[in-house]
Amino acid sequence: MTASRAAWVFVTPALVILGLFFLLPVIAALVLSLTDYDLYALADIRNLRFVALENYWTLLHRPLFWSALGHTAYFVVVGVPLSMAASLGAAMLLNSPLARFRAFFRTALFAPVVTTVVAVAVIWRYLFNTQYGLVNYVLDRMGLGHVDWLGDPHWAMPTIILFAVWKNFGYNMIIFMAGLQAIPGDLYEAARIDGASPFAQFRHITLQMLKPTMTMVSILTVSGYFQLFAEPYVMTEGGPLQSTTSVLYLMYEEGFKWWNLGSASAVAFILFVIMFAVTATMLRLSKRGEPA
Amino acid sequence: MSPRTAKAIVNGLLFAGAAVAIAPLLYMVSVSFMTPGEASALPPPVLPGHPTLGNYRQLFMNAGMGRYLFNSLLISTAITLISLAFNLMAGYAFAKLEFTGRQRLFQVLLGALVIPAQVAMLPLFLLLKYMGLVNTYGAVIVPALATIFGIFLVRQYASGIPNDLLEAARIDGAGEFRIFATIVMPLLKPIMVTLAIFTFLAAWNDFMWPLIALTGQEHYTLPIALASLSREHVQDSELMMAGSVVTILPVLVLFLALQRYYLEGLLLGSVKG
Repeated sequence: MTASRAAWVFVTPALVILGLFFLLPVIAALVLSLTDYDLYALADIRNLRFVALENYWTLLHRPLFWSALGHTAYFVVVGVPLSMAASLGAAMLLNSPLARFRAFFRTALFAPVVTTVVAVAVIWRYLFNTQYGLVNYVLDRMGLGHVDWLGDPHWAMPTIILFAVWKNFGYNMIIFMAGLQAIPGDLYEAARIDGASPFAQFRHITLQMLKPTMTMVSILTVSGYFQLFAEPYVMTEGGPLQSTTSVLYLMYEEGFKWWNLGSASAVAFILFVIMFAVTATMLRLSKRGEPA
Repeated sequence: MSPRTAKAIVNGLLFAGAAVAIAPLLYMVSVSFMTPGEASALPPPVLPGHPTLGNYRQLFMNAGMGRYLFNSLLISTAITLISLAFNLMAGYAFAKLEFTGRQRLFQVLLGALVIPAQVAMLPLFLLLKYMGLVNTYGAVIVPALATIFGIFLVRQYASGIPNDLLEAARIDGAGEFRIFATIVMPLLKPIMVTLAIFTFLAAWNDFMWPLIALTGQEHYTLPIALASLSREHVQDSELMMAGSVVTILPVLVLFLALQRYYLEGLLLGSVKG
């Protein structure tokens, strides 16, 4: 058998799976979003009607869609910088020549990443329980008073953000550590001799040299955080008062609770377009800073 | 600042960070051994007064946890083994074998990386429904049998195999499949281990797709079962903590045993563009 024939045998299984169960459905999602596919069409496909952009038009007039978009944006805008700061801080501590028991600390800090979201969300729901949660108990003892963490619409999303930062920061921490290790020590040496303060060193050396890593990590984190779903599903069921209903949560409810698959596809597509626009803009902005 | 103070600050902060990271997990284990209702007392108890295995017993005897554990193991193992084979073959072919359209196909795959998986979920559900696969193990397994990320990872790694080695084998008359099995596979062993852990962890922890594809309890994976149990048993903290332990422990142990490969793979997959 020729090498090229063999090559096709090697790539075909993977391409068939990806084509049939990923690329085809993505294209189908676009078509689906232009139809009124609902429970009636699910029962009998002859009930299906082409409605052009009506799903999109209706969505743009639904307050729930805009608030879901707002909650998701809130989660991304607050959660991503917090999560990156925690990752970078932990990476710098681990990378410090003063740090001891590095392997142990690295493993401990990374542990939340490999846990299952649903299971750890259950733990957090208990810790942040209004009446008997440990967090409120400690706050009470410190005289700071009670917070209804997951029951107050103003606090539910911040609590979910804290949870997400705790769960995810270890992932970027590892990538930042590799970036930090690639910075030549001479640079810091020279800066010290020139009398640069630790803060100036951080700003002019660490942050400058980490820029490519920073770009990549921020883009990956942003697209990950746009896909908020499991956390509100388990911790708050989108509430209270829909304050934690994210775009994907809306898509799930629209599609698999109410079986409006056409409209849910439109939600998915709008999310995709927004994610694409945001990450492409970030990429372009980061490239503009570099010499061509 | 004296070096001793600096050292104390760095290590103190690391200790505090590590404590915040693992304290909830340790607390979960502790509460899972408490008697029903004990965890809802004030002040919240840190350790169980009378440690009991009752919660675990109830989970496995009455709540069907054994079944869910089996489902999770079956689904994750099947996905890991088969997708490993498919991704390895494809990744190697994209790296080392000439065929028309190779470049363009790979570009298409890379481009598709930006599409979030959720966009495909609604039509995928319909497709599987018409295939009669909804609410079977297949509904979760089949769509996961190849990943762009996996192919990409293998291609990166396989491009390091010297062409001379493959040419020499061809001149000696070895067929392409023999070359793959006897020369390429052993060389790809490190990336196989890495990809296997990644895939297994991702499959085990996956939530949204199994939630959609599995409509009946008999096929539930642990995360889905846990989410559904926690809606029924909102007040039973002790029972839910035991459920969380059963869900998290297998992947945590796997990670601890093989963390070197996992962390290397994380860098391989993300830093090199």
